[in-house]
Amino acid sequence: MKKSNDVILRTVAKVASVIIFTFAINLFFSGHHNPGGGFIGGLAFAAGLTLLFLSYDIASVYNNSMLDFKVLGAVGVLIAVLTGVAAMVLGKSFLTHNVARINLPLFGATQLATSVIFDIGVALAVIGTAVTIIMSIGNDRQ
Amino acid sequence: MNNLVVLPIIIPLITGLVLAIFNRQIRLHRLLSLLATLSISVVAILLMNQVAIDGPQILQLGNWEAPFGISLVADMLSAILVLTTGIVVSCCLLYAFASIGRERELKYFYPLVLFLLTGVNGSFLTGDIFNLFVCFEVMLVASYVLISLGGTKLQLRESFKYILVNLISSFLFLVSIAYLYGMLGSLNMAHLSARVAEAGQVGLLIPVSILFLIVFSIKAGLLLFYWLPGSYSAPPAVIGAIFAALLTKVGAYAIIRIFSLIFYHDPQITHSLIGILAGISMLLGAIGAVAYWDIKRILTYNVIISIGLILAGFASFNQIGLTGSVYYIVHDMLVKALIFLAGGTVIYVTGTSKIREISGLIQLHPQLGWMFFIGTLSLAGIPPLSGFVGKVLITGGTFQADYFWLGGIGLLTSLMALYSLMKIFMNCFWGNTELTPEMEKGSTRGLLFPIGILAALTFLLGLGAEGIYQYVELAAKGLLDPGIYIGAVLGSNPIP
Repeated sequence: MKKSNDVILRTVAKVASVIIFTFAINLFFSGHHNPGGGFIGGLAFAAGLTLLFLSYDIASVYNNSMLDFKVLGAVGVLIAVLTGVAAMVLGKSFLTHNVARINLPLFGATQLATSVIFDIGVALAVIGTAVTIIMSIGNDRQ
Repeated sequence: MNNLVVLPIIIPLITGLVLAIFNRQIRLHRLLSLLATLSISVVAILLMNQVAIDGPQILQLGNWEAPFGISLVADMLSAILVLTTGIVVSCCLLYAFASIGRERELKYFYPLVLFLLTGVNGSFLTGDIFNLFVCFEVMLVASYVLISLGGTKLQLRESFKYILVNLISSFLFLVSIAYLYGMLGSLNMAHLSARVAEAGQVGLLIPVSILFLIVFSIKAGLLLFYWLPGSYSAPPAVIGAIFAALLTKVGAYAIIRIFSLIFYHDPQITHSLIGILAGISMLLGAIGAVAYWDIKRILTYNVIISIGLILAGFASFNQIGLTGSVYYIVHDMLVKALIFLAGGTVIYVTGTSKIREISGLIQLHPQLGWMFFIGTLSLAGIPPLSGFVGKVLITGGTFQADYFWLGGIGLLTSLMALYSLMKIFMNCFWGNTELTPEMEKGSTRGLLFPIGILAALTFLLGLGAEGIYQYVELAAKGLLDPGIYIGAVLGSNPIP
């Protein structure tokens, strides 16, 4: 196969993917009160990974990340469900969440909510699922 | 608040996820999946007893009060169905251990069954109509994968049809939920019921209720069943058995729930329509079952007959008919699994599903033959097996509601179903034994035990009908009096 000339794409992708990942994490944390959250953050993160897949190839990204994205998705849903179970263990209704305001050094008064843990699970599930779908479509030709 | 209600949903979900993480450990898969289904049955028994003493058990997810959050409701009908589901899937898993094959096991077979179970139990337990849609989708997505798992040509062809039909019906489901929400402003089923009672079931609500009926008819295989015989006969026997035992029953459950809780004000229109649909599908299913000479086809057409019978009992909408319906669903889940597994074993042993090519199996497999015979008699409704009680009650119910034609069709199609299954029994098990043990395509080792459990259960359900009658009767009472359900969900809050 002819080696494709994609120096510009690869150089831009390296920088752009970092920006996309940062933006995805920003989106993730702005959830709850503003637009954003686990689902959207996860999708944006998966978009960044897709850019890497396009500009490099599936094998090299896969080898560098060393993650099985199917497992990542399963772990994500598991985290989300277990936050619900934690409430059950504490004698509350399934999926009950709590929030606390704590003064952290550097951040000042911060609102810490247990639903963030749930959201981390959602984000991981979305990343795992989206990337698995894209990879299985991309692997079609083999 | 009772956290027990959510356990039948999250036990299979968590187990399935853990198994998906450890996806190479087949022994672990077998052990944990069986453990999960058995623990669901235990939870369901606990729930049944609590419901019998204290009335429907409620869980408001995340502690959000009733019409605003999502409620899970376990009334007697839900608890009974969850229990039956747990038992049936346990037996099917036992059968799968010996028959499904390593390749499918490695391709997430057990997690998929558990996710299917999550959706099924979720549909039985949810008290929110949008949540019902979501649980249906969870169940369907798992079934899409299960039906095409293995990727044989037949499976791929049938799964394409199956997915297309279900996508269209899911789309209609969503549309009808949107109409309902637009008119009544709520998704909580108890709240919807209160609002429909307030506004009267008039005007646009009638077409919307018919739209719901169409959606669930497609899912349950009531009249709109043309996709069903092909799809259910494509995958391996154990997957076909799980589908036949559970999926159509979830559709039937949804019809029963929606038309006893929300749209129960105008039975002249809705319930007599359900009765007509039930009658036609019983007749068409029976004609199909009598016409074919292929084990898989005959068995799948029998699924349609029993769905018709269940809803015939529901259409009569009186205490006797509903009791019969609930009893017959339980019976049918057990017996459908039984005859699908037994029929699948015949195909597995002989390598063909055409009954004219098989004969004299009783010499080689007497236990299998007699267990199939028990299933046949039970399905036809011969006392003391479990089908008898259900059929008597359903027929009594339809006669009491003056639907004599419906009861008549029920009895006639029972005879035709008996004929179709006896056709399998006489052709496959009687006659000259042409097969020798060396010519068999597979052994029955490990396959007969789960079939035996199901056969014993249909005996128990028939002989011990007195014992479970009080539970079934309670379920039917709950269906006739929506006030019990609404009162339990909304509690003492004023209805907003």
